[in-house]
Amino acid sequence: MAGHISPKSTYIAIFVALMVLTAITVAVAFVDLGILNFPVAIGIAIIKATLVILFFMHVKYSSKLTQLVVASAFFFLVILLGLTLVDYLSRDWQPFPTASVPLSPLADE
Amino acid sequence: MSDGLAAHAEHGHHPDLQHHFDSLQQQHEASTLGMWVFLVTEVMFFGGLFTAYMLYRLWYPDGWIAGSNQLDIVLGGVNTVVLIGSSLTMALAVRGAQTGSRKGTMGWLVFTMALGLTFLVIKGFEYHEKWVLGEVPGLNFTLTGPYAAQEEIFFSLYFAMTGLHALHMVVGFALLSVILWMAHKSRFSPQWYTPVEMSGLYWHFVDIVWIFLFPLLYLVDRIGAVAH
Repeated sequence: MAGHISPKSTYIAIFVALMVLTAITVAVAFVDLGILNFPVAIGIAIIKATLVILFFMHVKYSSKLTQLVVASAFFFLVILLGLTLVDYLSRDWQPFPTASVPLSPLADE
Repeated sequence: MSDGLAAHAEHGHHPDLQHHFDSLQQQHEASTLGMWVFLVTEVMFFGGLFTAYMLYRLWYPDGWIAGSNQLDIVLGGVNTVVLIGSSLTMALAVRGAQTGSRKGTMGWLVFTMALGLTFLVIKGFEYHEKWVLGEVPGLNFTLTGPYAAQEEIFFSLYFAMTGLHALHMVVGFALLSVILWMAHKSRFSPQWYTPVEMSGLYWHFVDIVWIFLFPLLYLVDRIGAVAH
């Protein structure tokens, strides 16, 4: 069967890259970047996941159909997260329990 | 099984080629596609929990900062290294099967399972610590303070997400036990190693879930402690 066989060196290089990115994301967690902390952490996680998918999971060498299905996972995930956010972030008219008000299920009864 | 093998040998094709496929190549392609369709449903399965995490984090940032800082960043970090390491050994196990190395396949599979077990044991120590500290919603939650109720939501999601992830690890471990047994029985060859690769896809997927859980639960709200 003509499956792609990656050399061991590729796998080890990807592993090293994943370790370096893990070290970076842990280090950055202790640096105050303001609102950037969250996007940086998620960005690094996305890069790590992409490396695993392309090389460990062989999607780089998979058929176009398989690649399309893989991409669809993230397409639907973005709809799930994105459209939910679009809804909730635009509900300023609705009184949420805010951060300054401690949440207590029995309060004001 | 030996009868089946003999019968197949008579009509001249690979014993693991099912009759509704033209070739092993096509069969492998179908398996890969099917496995990925399953993994897409898994992405959406975990996606619901990530959506819940995202909304509650937006609503209760203080509870998230308080909760996140209760987690052990060292144990979480070590587990990240362990799990990514197990993805490396899993990739090498698949490579062993591709290159026809029975010993290589089995050795790397055992290595992968050992790392998976290490992850679960460390996770167990973390859960135990949460129990001792009274941070287990519903069963033993004793935190007080202004954000205790918000922290309870944080820990509910912490246990739901890491628990579902740990359950996937247990399933993966069971799956690899079967693959190890099949490898021991010399069931795989460079012509047919599909079960090894499909189990590998599952194992890597579980690794990817952790790649997101680790920063979201342990890291992103770490710095918030300074502000308090």
